[in-house]
This record gives sequence, C-alpha cells and structure tokens, in this order.
Amino acid sequence: MELFEMTALELGAAIKRREIGVEEAARACLDRMSAQEGTVNAFVTVTEKEALKRAREVQARIDSGEMTHPLAGVPMAIKDLISTKGVRTTCSSRMLENYVPVFDATVVRKLDAIGAVCLGKTNMDEFAMGSSTESSWFGVTRNPWDPSRVPGGSSGGSAAAVAAREVFYALGSDTGGSIRQPASFCGVTGIKPTYGAVSRYGLLAYASSLDQIGPLTVDALDAAAVTRTIMGRDEMDSTSVDVPLPDMPQGDDLTGLRVGIPEDYFGEGLDADVRARVLDAAKALEAMGAVLVPVKMPMLEYAIPAYYVLACAEASSNLSRYDGVKYGFRPEKFEDLHDLYTTARSEGFGAEVKRRIMLGAFALSSGYYDAYYNKALRVKALIKRAFDACFEQADLLLTPAAPTTAFALGAHSDDPIQMYLGDIYTVSVNMAGLPGMVVPCGFDAAGLPVGAQLIGPAFGESQLFKAAHAYQMHTDFHRQRPDARKEG
Amino acid sequence: MATYEMVIGLEVHVELATRTKIFCGCTTRFGGAPNTHTCPVCTGMPGTLPVVNRKVVEFAIAAGLATNCEITRYNKFDRKNYFYPDLPKAYQVSQLYLPICRNGHVDIKTAAGEKAVGIHEIHMEEDAGKLMHDPWIDQTMVDYNRCGVPLLEIVSEPDMRSAEEVIAYLTKLRQTLQYLGVSDCKMQEGSLRADVNLSVRPVGQDAFGTRTEMKNLNSFKAIARAIEGEFRRQVELIEDGGRVLQQTRRWDDNKGASFAMRSKENAQDYRYFPEPDLPPIAISQAWIDEVKARQPELAEAKAARYQKEFALSAYDAAILTAEKPVADLFEQAVAACGRPREVGSWIMGETMAMMKEKQVLAESLTLSPQALARIVTLVAEGKLSRQSAREVFAYAFDGGEDVDSYVKAHGLEIVADDLAYEAILADVLKRCEKDVAAYKAGNQKVFGFLVGQAMKALKGKADPKKINELLRRALGE
Repeated sequence: MELFEMTALELGAAIKRREIGVEEAARACLDRMSAQEGTVNAFVTVTEKEALKRAREVQARIDSGEMTHPLAGVPMAIKDLISTKGVRTTCSSRMLENYVPVFDATVVRKLDAIGAVCLGKTNMDEFAMGSSTESSWFGVTRNPWDPSRVPGGSSGGSAAAVAAREVFYALGSDTGGSIRQPASFCGVTGIKPTYGAVSRYGLLAYASSLDQIGPLTVDALDAAAVTRTIMGRDEMDSTSVDVPLPDMPQGDDLTGLRVGIPEDYFGEGLDADVRARVLDAAKALEAMGAVLVPVKMPMLEYAIPAYYVLACAEASSNLSRYDGVKYGFRPEKFEDLHDLYTTARSEGFGAEVKRRIMLGAFALSSGYYDAYYNKALRVKALIKRAFDACFEQADLLLTPAAPTTAFALGAHSDDPIQMYLGDIYTVSVNMAGLPGMVVPCGFDAAGLPVGAQLIGPAFGESQLFKAAHAYQMHTDFHRQRPDARKEG
Repeated sequence: MATYEMVIGLEVHVELATRTKIFCGCTTRFGGAPNTHTCPVCTGMPGTLPVVNRKVVEFAIAAGLATNCEITRYNKFDRKNYFYPDLPKAYQVSQLYLPICRNGHVDIKTAAGEKAVGIHEIHMEEDAGKLMHDPWIDQTMVDYNRCGVPLLEIVSEPDMRSAEEVIAYLTKLRQTLQYLGVSDCKMQEGSLRADVNLSVRPVGQDAFGTRTEMKNLNSFKAIARAIEGEFRRQVELIEDGGRVLQQTRRWDDNKGASFAMRSKENAQDYRYFPEPDLPPIAISQAWIDEVKARQPELAEAKAARYQKEFALSAYDAAILTAEKPVADLFEQAVAACGRPREVGSWIMGETMAMMKEKQVLAESLTLSPQALARIVTLVAEGKLSRQSAREVFAYAFDGGEDVDSYVKAHGLEIVADDLAYEAILADVLKRCEKDVAAYKAGNQKVFGFLVGQAMKALKGKADPKKINELLRRALGE
C-alpha cells in the first residue's frame, strides 16, 4: 500500500514491521506540506527541525522495544490552541502571535508518551470563534477538495491537514461543532468526546463548559485509537471524569442497534444533497442490522441563541486575561493602564472575537443576567432533557453535521448570523455534553464531501465507534482523497 | 440637634493558614522574592485550570461551625470579573450565589453588655497579587506570590453600634480563627484585613442611613480611629444639610481622615457567573461531623480547664487564653517544667510587659516555651536570682533558647558554695567594721545595709534568703 493510502494505525503497523521508518514518514509528510501548504495553509507553525529530531528519538525507542503503542511514530498535528511547551501557541490571533507556553497540555503529554511525532500547529478561527477558519490572523485555510472553499472551522487547519494527508491525524477542539463541521466539510472522520472525557488542561479556553478536545482522523479505527490515548481523568482538570476507555470497534454487525432519526434535523434549510447522503447512510446502517427509529428533538430552534449566549458569556471572561500586561500583544505606545488595556485588546483581537466578547459581557451584565444567561442555562437543561428522552428510544442518533457542504471563501464574511446558523446541528450536542462523531458519507453534486453525525449518550463513545466503523467497512468515502478522487 | 448612633457591619478577609494555595500546589508562605511562589495555574497562564484545595473547604467549615453558621451543602464557585494587573486571569474565583457558611453569630462582651453579632455569610475566594511602584524608574511591578492564597471573607450583619463593639467582635473573631488554626490573623502582614461599612441615623430611627465602606485599616487602633472619624464626618455632613454618598473611602491613619475612592455611580459591574472550571462541591453531614470532631479546644473551654487543672483564677485564665500563641506558650512551658503558677506569673508579668515595651504582637512572639520553663525552674530551685532571671529572660524573649549556656557565660548562677559565701561575707564585715559595731550596739536598721553590701559583693548572684541566714550566722546570732 502506498504511504498516503494508509490510515494512522496502518502506518503505525508498517513502522512496527520496519517497512517504513519514523523519520521517513515524517519527511514524506513534510514534503507534502511543501507541495500543498502554499494553497491549503493548514499550519500556523511547522516544527520541522524538532519533528525530525523527535522522529529519530521515537524510532530509537521503538527499536529498543520501549515504545509499543499502535500509533507510535505516526506524524500528526495539534490545533494551535493546545498548549505546547516551547512551541508558540497562537490561537490564530495577533494577541498571541509570539506567546510561547511554559507547559504542555495534558493531551500533549499523553501523546508524547506514546511516541506521537508532532509536525506543527494547525490554523483555526481566531480563539476557535468561527466556522470557516477565515478569522485567523495567519490567513485563511483552504479546503483541499476545492481551494475556493472554506475547510470549515474552527478546527479547519486540522481537518484540512488530514484531508490533504499532510499528517495522519490531528487534534482539534469542539465548542459548538468545531471538530465535526470541518470534518464534514473536508471529508474526514472526527469526534467530539463526551464533556469530561478528555482533559482540558492546556486547552486555551473559549467556553469552558462546552470545550472538548478530540481527534480528526482518516477513519473510525484511528479516531478510537487516538481517543483512547488522550482520554482519562486528569488531576489538573476538575471537570474530567474517570470512566473506562471505549473499546476498539470490531465487525460490522449492528443487529438490534436502535438508530434514532430526529426529523427536526432534516427540515427546512437543509441542503438536498446533504439530506440525501445522510439518509443513504441511515439505510446503510439499516442494512447492517440497525433499526431506524424516528425521534423528536423539539428544542433545536432555541439551541443556537442559547449556545451563543452561554459560549460568549464564558468567552468574555476567559479572554479577559489577554490584556497586554503579562504576555502576548502589547502596543508600543500607551498613555496609562486603561489605555494599555484598550489598545492591546482593540488591536490584538479580530472583529469576530471582539463581537463575541461584547455579546458575552452584555449577557452577563447586571440587569441582563437573568434575561440572557439564566434563560440560556434553562434552555441548556431542556436540551439535555430532550436528548435523554431520545436515548430512551434510541441507542444513538444520526443527523447531518452541517446544513450545507463547504461554502465559498467569503460567503458569510459580512453576515455573522448566517455563519452562526450553520452550527444548528452541532451546538446542542455540546450543550448536552454528549459525544458527537462525524463520518464522511458521500459527496454533493459539486464533488464536495458530506458528513453524517452520530450522537451518543454520555460516555457512549464505544457505540459511536462501532457504528462508524461498521459503516466504513461497507463504504469507501473515508478512503477518498482530494488528490485521488474517484469519479462517480 | 438630634443624637445619632452609628450602624456598623464588617467585611473581614482572612488568609488561610493552608500550606498550599487554593487552586494549585504553590506555597502560601509570606514573603519570598517576587514571583517565586508561583506556577502556571496561579499566574493564570492560558489553558490552566483550578483544582480546589480540600483543606480550604475544611477550614471554611471549621470557621463556620465556630461562628454558629449553617453550612451550605451544595457549594459553587463564581467568577468575579474585573481588570487589574494584580489579577492575572482578570477574574477572581469567589462565591457569590452559594457561600459556604450562612446565618451565624459571634458573641461579644463590652461595657454595654453581652451581644450577638450576626454573621451574614462566609465565603471562600482567592487572593490577588501585589503591585509595587518603583518611583525611581517610575514603573509598576507585579508580584504574583500572593495570587491564589486562600481567603475567607466573613461578612457580618450591620449589628455593631460602637467602635468598642467592633473591636470586641474583631478580637473574638481573631481569637476563634487563631484557635482553629485557620489563620494566623496577622494584620501587619495582611492576613487579616477588615473593611468597615458605616452609616449613621438619629437614635430611635429604624431605617438605615446611607453607608460608606472604609478600606486600608491596618490595625485595631486605626479601625477605632477610622470609625470615630467617619461617624463625625457623616454627622457633620448631615447637620450641615448635606447628604452622605454611598462611597468606598480610604482611611489615612496619619492624616486621621478618609478620602473618597469611588462612588456607587461608577461602581464596577463584576459580571458574576458560575465558575465553569470547577464542579460543585457537595459537603456531606459526615464531612461536617469529621471537621467538628477535629475542632480544637477554643478559648473559653481552655480558660475553664486552666482554672480547674492549674487552680488559676478566672481572671488569670482569661488573660492567658486571650490569644492562642500566648496560651500555647503557657501550656508548653508548663509541660516542660510543671509549674503553672510561676509560668503564669512570668507570662502575665515580664512577658506581657516586654511585649508592650517592644511592641511585639502575640503572633510574632519568639520566646521559646522551653527557655521560659528553664528560667522558671532555675529560679524555683534557687539557682538564679530574680534579678539575674530578668536578664536571662531578656535574652530568651529575643529568641534565645540555650538558657543554661547563657547563665554560665554571664556568670549569673547563684554561688551555692557556703564556704565561698562566708569568705566574701567575712570580707564585707571587715570593711564595714563600724557598721557591724553599730548593729551589735542595737541599731537593727544597719542589717539591711549589710545585706545590700553583701549582695553588691556577690554581684547579685546570691539568693537573698541565703545571705540573710549566713550574715546572721557571721554576726554570731
């Protein structure tokens, strides 16, 4: 098999069999970056020198038998909002353009321990606020399937890097769909694990109660392998939970699996091609023995406004620390303390970040707190209850990941509301803290990937991996690449 | 002119005596070079998260139980958002909606009688860092060492009506917290800080007047002065036809006056909301019982025990137990020498006199209980005169521990050898031949003079009783 036809686990196995060296794999990826990055721009920072050094180190430890993990030696990338010691972590913001963390995120430490070879930090919407990776201070990332289109966001760099096979997997983060929507737009597999499954220590927070780190991968097996590696209770994150690791999926027998189809997710505003491909996926699952069950998710229309109130409220607080005093962007000239704050934040943050900070600060301000923040919290509770009701009838839900396929660059630049509405199918999963996974399920008329979303009950990752893997045993959408697209 | 009364409520912040900070493992030790007691968590580096120090919750429960509060079973932290360079996250993690303790009271006694001062609430929060302005280079530096040091904010009801009541309340509160081991309550190091909310109203009126909040009060004396000053200011304002504004004011103890810092109109909106990085803390009855069971003996119980166990008067027992460090000194010294009466008299006498003279607060005492016990023992065994003992005590008070070596090195030990005494006495009697004659002729007064001469020759190292005895013998009685 050719190197770039492999999944991460297949490459890991080839490395173990000495069919390919760790450094060789890393160099091949770096070569691919050289060829494609001029167009794709998936990376904010490529750490070539460190990566090659690291590759040799990992090779030695694999050779000595010290590193045996199935993903040891596999080149990967990390979204640029996960803290990496000694490597700048920018959140794709001017504010943190030169911020070099003094510590590694817990997920980074875990991946280090198993022999991951990180090639760099991927581009994103500034501070993860956006659905197109267009708000990055470091320029837009382009969709490898069609460079005139966005890769989705906010983890657009991670999704594009995997789609273009510049790396074999990448970490992203998902607050309202930031892993799942770009996975859908770029034709890769992605999962947002249950809130609390993966430590957030070292994740530069956007909305603490909704943020979760997860992988973007070639297929469901890779997603399961990476998730198992980064999951687990962390002493440094009080919201992390100690639960058993999900199983590696096996087989394609889905007999008896109840797959809920929430009709509210297939209504007005959904692109016809997307609708057709997702319903195809439902039929495919049915063919493997799953039972399709119609369910109701009545709260959907309130999810977006409630989400934007909660996420922006937390963001307004989380992003207050970027004040030009301690690290990050500081204007050269300022009159006094107040002027330092105003200038640093006016010039350091982009328009979308400032919009959300103001929105959030307003929602929390005295006199408005009950009308906005508290009401949004009540919606959050109702959404959770609606999901609970669904999971009494179904083991998991199947929905579209986004209403459309990848849109053109600039299409929503002047219309933030239109951009927000694109999150309709993903945000409620974050508000309920549930695991949500996206698998490629075909292409639209323009040849752009379509993704199907599987939603599970809390800590139901095993089920998601099982269904996704079974589906991928019978389809090859996930195996297709922009540079080797089969026609028809 | 109407007669006015003052209405006072207090907000007291105490730093907790935990070994580590509230949300990370950094030390809480006071001092240290700037920014050395810090880590990514307490300096709010991007991506870090808080983890609650269990000890902080236990101390809060203990403080609540000792002040008769209800303990909140379902606790949450909230974020208080504001920008300031000493607050690296730009929010303080505190408790607004569900404080850990509520509806308690502290009983005080003043000339006006006994009274319960209500505790509105006690909540947990993190301290901020410190700004230091360097006038030489005209720059402000930030020291984050204090960032994340755990605090309890104890909010009283507006139940106090005089400076005396305020001081009684603070004294009782400090005594309780020190006894619990919850805080060392050192005002000069900022581990106890009190803000005074004060309003005035004509006697007999039920409605409260407009209150001001006074900050920067660094000692009990300053608090008393600030209260009197603010009371006068408000009454004069009203008498002159003015109106008290709701303000935060800063007391300048040197000038004896307060100055407005900010008024209600430009009060900050802290945009409080529940801290999403910390799950709620459930406090079980079992946990409360456990803290209760571990609660140490408090001042009143200790005083009662001293009366019984050491046969001390109620008055003495109260003095010895008023401040925890003094009671500790007393108990440890008694344990070392077994002489409670003598130890008590040394503490209430010399020790307290010297504390006053040298302006040493109880919590800063460096007098070793072993040293004090040794001094008491040497005096009781007749090996050290009272006069020499005072000299040794001065050494011990300043932290000296090796009393025996000190006594030896300074030749203070009573010369117990009778022969040596007799030789010296003989010498004295020879020098004072005329006086001896006068004494023998019946002038009894001369005996005292001779004793004095003998003491002088012995440089005070002698036991006066012994001198008397030997002198009478030498004079042939």
